Amino acid sequence: MKVKVISRSTDEFTRERSQDLQRVFRNFDPNLRPQEKAIEYVRALNAAKLEKIFARPFIGAMDGHIDAVSCMAKNPNYLKGIFSGSMDGDIRLWDMASRRTVCQFPGHQGAVRGLAASTDGHTLVSCGTDCTVRLWNVPVATIVESDDSSNCTAEPLAVYSGNNAFWDVDHQWDGELFATAGAQVDIWNHNRSQPINSFEWGTDTVISVRFNPGEPNLLATSASDRSITLYDLRVSSPARKLIMRTKTNSIAWNPMEPMNFTAANEDCNCYSYDARKLDEAKCVHKDHVSAVMDIDFSPTGREFVTGSYDRTVRIFQYNGGHSREIYHTKRMQRVFCVKFSCDASYIISGSDDTNLRLWKAKASEQLGVLLPRERKRHEYHEAVKNRYKHLPEVKRIVRHRHLPKPIYKAASLRRTMTEAEGGKKKEGKLIVLQEVLPLNHYVKEESSKKLSELWHYQLL
Amino acid sequence: MGVKQDNADPGQILPPIEQELSNELDPKLKKYLRGEGTNLEVLKDKKLKSQLSVREELYGISAKAAAKAEEWLMPSEGGYLEVEGIEKPWRINQHSISSEINISSLKNQHDIIIPDLGPYTLDFNSSGRYMAVAGRKGHLAVLDMKNMSLIKEMQVRETVRDIVFLHNELFFAAAQKKYPYIYNRDGIELHCLKEHGSVLRLQFLKSHFLLASINKFGQLHYQDVTMGEMIGNIRTGLGRSDVMQVNPFNGVVALGHSGGTVSMWKPTSAAPLVKMLCHPGPVSAMAFHPNGHLMATSGKERKIKIWDLRKFEVLQTIPGHARALDFSQKGLLAAGNGSFVQIFGDLSESQHYSRYMGHSMVKGYQIGKVLFRPYEDVLVLGHSMGWSSILIPGSGEPNFDTWVANPYETSKQRREKEVRSLLDKLPSETIMLNPSKIGTMRPVKKKEKQTKQEIAAEMEAAVEAVKDTAFKNKTKGRNKASKRAKKRKELIERVKRPLLERQLKEDEKLAKKPKISEKENALPTALQRFASKKATA
Repeated sequence: MKVKVISRSTDEFTRERSQDLQRVFRNFDPNLRPQEKAIEYVRALNAAKLEKIFARPFIGAMDGHIDAVSCMAKNPNYLKGIFSGSMDGDIRLWDMASRRTVCQFPGHQGAVRGLAASTDGHTLVSCGTDCTVRLWNVPVATIVESDDSSNCTAEPLAVYSGNNAFWDVDHQWDGELFATAGAQVDIWNHNRSQPINSFEWGTDTVISVRFNPGEPNLLATSASDRSITLYDLRVSSPARKLIMRTKTNSIAWNPMEPMNFTAANEDCNCYSYDARKLDEAKCVHKDHVSAVMDIDFSPTGREFVTGSYDRTVRIFQYNGGHSREIYHTKRMQRVFCVKFSCDASYIISGSDDTNLRLWKAKASEQLGVLLPRERKRHEYHEAVKNRYKHLPEVKRIVRHRHLPKPIYKAASLRRTMTEAEGGKKKEGKLIVLQEVLPLNHYVKEESSKKLSELWHYQLL
Repeated sequence: MGVKQDNADPGQILPPIEQELSNELDPKLKKYLRGEGTNLEVLKDKKLKSQLSVREELYGISAKAAAKAEEWLMPSEGGYLEVEGIEKPWRINQHSISSEINISSLKNQHDIIIPDLGPYTLDFNSSGRYMAVAGRKGHLAVLDMKNMSLIKEMQVRETVRDIVFLHNELFFAAAQKKYPYIYNRDGIELHCLKEHGSVLRLQFLKSHFLLASINKFGQLHYQDVTMGEMIGNIRTGLGRSDVMQVNPFNGVVALGHSGGTVSMWKPTSAAPLVKMLCHPGPVSAMAFHPNGHLMATSGKERKIKIWDLRKFEVLQTIPGHARALDFSQKGLLAAGNGSFVQIFGDLSESQHYSRYMGHSMVKGYQIGKVLFRPYEDVLVLGHSMGWSSILIPGSGEPNFDTWVANPYETSKQRREKEVRSLLDKLPSETIMLNPSKIGTMRPVKKKEKQTKQEIAAEMEAAVEAVKDTAFKNKTKGRNKASKRAKKRKELIERVKRPLLERQLKEDEKLAKKPKISEKENALPTALQRFASKKATA
């Protein structure tokens, strides 16, 4: 007869010295854990409530401008800094950590309409309504930067003047060229005082311009004749034009999928397009109740932030419909520009009330260095909340956001209007409304080459 | 299924060791997969389909990792009893076992004889380390079974009918003559629960922190021990019952009645969830298998029945008397009767219980309670002269999980665990017969309000169907064109009428709801009572 009984020796299961860690033994058998689904549900509910308790997205405001902030630029080499230009011609470089001005760039006589930093981070390009384009030398961040008293002002490297007011500027990724938008699209080189190239299609002003991050010779512009035009520098002619029902205020390319761009439109929606196929929008992002003024993608390419005329900042998913987050404050007036910080953790919004505001991208995120246990606990909370977020109790808590009354009323009014128009819209892709042109072309092609042939970018 | 089998690929030939491994892992994988995967073919939403298929793959990977961990990382092995030749396992007694095992396990074989203080009943805490014993004549004691030391004993000088540990070994509740009391580990009386009355049996639902009791008048009380709130107070209406057990799988309390019925209760409803007729005579004992599918009941007509709780059918009937029943963690069933205890086990994994072992005590000792000790191969019997502990190889789970129940818990770990289990405390509404329903969605009701377009389309379709019917050609001047047209018009109106009536009914329903007129809405709240109360259509 062979007999064996469970026998455990105490030293195998307890620690030897008090300096040692306690021993942990795991048995993942589901029979040892009755009611695990109910426990997970309770944890999901608690995680949703905790997220709401810790949701404090506003970090601080950067105070200093004396007129509305009209444009901002990120410095790709220096994550802590951000440039901002205001309506009275004042350009400042801010240090986001201390929320102070590091450097001022006085010089513009009128409103500063566009700011762009070169890829190496040493040059700042600004353009304004005083018909000038100025290039500035950006001071390199030194160890002495924390000294508040040294508020340096910089002299411009070069001042180039044109014939008409400029509306926007953007610098080429990894190149020496920058483009300005005004009466026409001009391509400039740092060293030339006259544009080396000029594009025009139509007679209306071009109000925004953006270079493609993946394909350095491709750029997208939007004009006040409600169109979005794609240009290619190698072919030196415009490639495609898309006409919409309302004007596009700003365009942003997805840094992770550079063939897609999203346009921030006057009709309160953002439209995401695939640049190779412009006849249909990939996605419509609807949530704002007033014109969307600015849009910027996160470096992860998974979400983007929009600032709107209705005094709110919203964060959308790149492929989704409704916004995942909305930020608003009583003191923040019309938002004219927004930027997503280069580490995807912060959002900077510049608004009419002369302040730049710094927000967290994830409202309940714990900033700073996290212990591995804390990180694991946060990840677990996220995972368990995502598993049960479709259930009514959890959904009610996760979805809840306080909206200012005018926005709530405006949103419900819009909802009633769309419902009255014809019931629920079809799920899926919404076709962008395009005007019927006398030439019977919805998308005009100037170049004979197919746009897809201009792409050398390979999808990884 | 959510798992992609590695060896399903015909072109891939695994080395023999890996093949063996994958064959061994398959039944374990099933356990960790926790049921079937969802059927993704019926989904039309592509985004949702891709998200769900990623999740299903992750489940497969984690189930495989858990199965491998079980294979390789477990520190202890289970007990077993193998007989050779013509030996029968039920003829083997404790004495013959004791000569074969190591000395450290011998301390688990003992008899404690306390003749004067009445039949003993006992309870273990969740890790099996601490035991609370109560003698009928008022003797209460808490013991540490690892060190075989007595932590606290006291004499309450009253009849004590039952004893249970609460969530910890620090607190226990004793059902005394008039009311149940809650005591501290140091013997301090913390609470006197007057609402319960004279309680016959107590049970504690660990994940809900509910103390359930059945009293002399057949009233079931559920009390939340965290805040002291009485959650449920149910008059069962089925008379006095001495038999009460909690199903650990779903938290329902089952009572056995003298009519042979077993009723199952949850705190939020006044009517039982289930009432099943189990025996022709009174039910004398009841026990639940830890997986929640099996229930063993014994009646006074000398039959022990094993029920499948999913179908509520008898799986097996064992002849025998049982005054006390208990299932072990590994599924062995102990039936105590008189001074003899029988242990049954499903040795061939076919859910057919056969005799495994037995133990008889000194004649005259009446066994009142049998309880398997968690995570040990030990069965403790509470009898009229004290309690005895015997060894049953193969009854306990050899590997414990530190974060579920730890027999080697320090006081810091115990405090942490208490706080975490309080955070995970389940609300009493989660007690249901099938707990896996939590988190599932109710199927969408088909009835949806039709949009205007759909209504218009329906009407058009109905009219289209009837428009071209041919009328009989009448003669003798009765076939006038105007009459034909009139007839056609009437036919179309007849077809449209039910749809229009339906519309009218719905509009009436909407109109019936009292609507505040716009003017009244515009008034500030303080002045609204001066607005006219007439509901406008």
